[in-house]
Amino acid sequence: MTFVKIDKKQWAQGLATLQKSYRLFGPSKEKDYYNYKALDVGEQPDFGFSNTRLSPKAILFPQSETIIEFSLDENAADHHIMKSIETDSSPRAILGIRPCDAKAVRLVNLNFDTPEYQDPYWVKALDATTFVGLACDDPKSTCFCTSTGCGPYNEEGLDLLLIEEDAQYLAKVLTDKGRAFAEAAGWNTATDGEADIDARKATAEAKITASVSMENLKNQDLMDLHGASFWEDIAFACINCGTCTFTCPTCWCFDLQDEVHGKTGKRMKNWDSCMFPLFTLHTTGHNPRGTKTQRLRQRFMHKLKYFVDKYDTGIMCVGCGRCVSQCPVNIDIRRVCDLMNNYKTDEAACTVQD
Amino acid sequence: MSEYNDKIREISQRLLKECQVDMVIGFRKGSMPMMNEPCFIKNAKDAAQLVWDSNCGINLANYLTNRTEKIGIIAKGCDSRNIVTHIIENKISREQLVIIGVPCQGMIDKHKTTSMFAGDIQDVTEDGGKIKITVNGQVNELDKADVLQKNCAVCTHRNPVIYDEMVADPVEEQNVDRYEDVRQIEAMNPEEKWNYFEELLSPCIRCYACKNACPLCYCPTCFVDESKPQWVGKGQDPTDVRTFHFLRAFHCGGRCTDCGACERACPVGINMRVFTKKLEKDSFEQFGWEAGLTLDERPPLDTYRPDDPDEFIK
Ligand code: SF4
Ligand code: SF4
Ligand code: SF4
Ligand code: SF4
Repeated sequence: MTFVKIDKKQWAQGLATLQKSYRLFGPSKEKDYYNYKALDVGEQPDFGFSNTRLSPKAILFPQSETIIEFSLDENAADHHIMKSIETDSSPRAILGIRPCDAKAVRLVNLNFDTPEYQDPYWVKALDATTFVGLACDDPKSTCFCTSTGCGPYNEEGLDLLLIEEDAQYLAKVLTDKGRAFAEAAGWNTATDGEADIDARKATAEAKITASVSMENLKNQDLMDLHGASFWEDIAFACINCGTCTFTCPTCWCFDLQDEVHGKTGKRMKNWDSCMFPLFTLHTTGHNPRGTKTQRLRQRFMHKLKYFVDKYDTGIMCVGCGRCVSQCPVNIDIRRVCDLMNNYKTDEAACTVQD
Repeated sequence: MSEYNDKIREISQRLLKECQVDMVIGFRKGSMPMMNEPCFIKNAKDAAQLVWDSNCGINLANYLTNRTEKIGIIAKGCDSRNIVTHIIENKISREQLVIIGVPCQGMIDKHKTTSMFAGDIQDVTEDGGKIKITVNGQVNELDKADVLQKNCAVCTHRNPVIYDEMVADPVEEQNVDRYEDVRQIEAMNPEEKWNYFEELLSPCIRCYACKNACPLCYCPTCFVDESKPQWVGKGQDPTDVRTFHFLRAFHCGGRCTDCGACERACPVGINMRVFTKKLEKDSFEQFGWEAGLTLDERPPLDTYRPDDPDEFIK
């Protein structure tokens, strides 16, 4: 059973059955745009979106998550002892996650689940999640996933891939998790879909016209790029907000904060952003990235150079286009990636001319 | 408004060539419809990159803070008022600036326009009062008035209030009721207000694009970033989110020009202008004050006058 046919008439029923054993998340329209949310019982995901405003990373990595509690009440037996909180690790599924966002989860996982260190909150959440992808037939002009090693029908990171047809969904089963999910829903009408998919995939890929070039990034000298002459020009407009990093599905940085109320306290993980001055501020008052140009350079160097060098799996960007369309001042990662990729130091340029 | 381009380039080129300024701050064409990118030009030959159209909603006064160069700056009405405020607040000196004034006819609301069409907007062009929007290869024509930023629709200072050069003749100022939206909220009972603000702020992700796009928010360390003491929590607790918004708005009282840069920058489309606008209305009604109109007077919350209104002291 690689392909399953889901009649749209069976869809709601299947979801209702699934909600007995899974928490379901799906896209939903909020005012003028779409975001992922936990679906109420009987609520349907709304697949009329091209891409959500925020990425679904918050389902695995919430913007603000309490991880530890403690008491400062000296009469309590366990005062001043940090007690970890059991986070909810019951099975959940993200319905209609786009292939770019699913691949992004794999990239974030490179950082949160390594042989040496595992972020327990992330690992637990990831284990508990089934990724039900939705192939992208109408990519936006800001999408450039085909040049980032992803694509509108990319399967990496997915357990199931849904392809929407008029009266049915074609579901490609990709993992055991995906199979279990389809079975739990009672979707078991096997079908043949490979040929259909190939044609649709080619059509969708052809619609993506934006791209980035990255073939030279790995061989560029790190310090040359760091000292490149274009940073001041790119950074000028930047207002150092968190829009690009907060909306990005691959950004993983967080900050730890303790909050005390009366005699009880909690420790939280909050999203952080290398664009914020506080990100690198030392307790001495020194800030090694004290200017906005340094902060902006960090974002692009991390995504397009340090990550490339460290993991050798391409850039830390899946081409979802969120930062491109939402940056308030139009700083476009596609342009920056090309500049970095094609950068030649003045000396190198001279040698070539000789 | 794109007919201003030639004049803007000509003036900028001249200023740079004659070394009257070290740089000109303006806009260059963006990589997306309805987006232009703030930029600086240092070489006269690059002045041709400068553009002007109805997608220049970012407030360029934001880019002047603490700069030390001699600067030519393109300024629409609201930018010019924030430049005045910057000068009064010693963030830049008048002598450093050559202000290239642009009479403004309003900016396109990118959030609103995007939400009007189901498909992806490929291109937006303008011709006088008409805007042509291409979606899925189809051209839709709209009146510019229907897609104006909310603050532009009620703007009463479209012409620069301070300038050294002007790119065109002044445009006619609008005679409009600026505060209808504020009055609607004022008329709500406390519970309705509570619910209204709760809903308004619930999508906020605290990216701070609003405060960072604002020329008034130039404190070296914003109160939200202070840790000794920590005034406000950093998580998503609604009390902390509201504290950020309310405090920021009060800090802008008597200084805000309603340029709309904050609302334009917000990635989740929150109209946080309702807060600053209420304070702007109070400044106007209680002190007869509109921010950034003159270099000769300090803002009302900066000064004490014996006849300041005091009815609120019971
Ligand atoms: S690049 Fe854009 S979105 Fe990112 S911090 Fe700068 S202004 Fe904000
Ligand atoms: S860097 Fe931008 S385009 Fe790339 S994955 Fe992040 S938000 Fe998407
Ligand atoms: S350092 Fe910046 S670009 Fe890299 S993951 Fe963190 S927030 Fe994202
Ligand atoms: S820009 Fe919008 S989301 Fe960001 S902090 Fe301001 S109101 Fe919140």
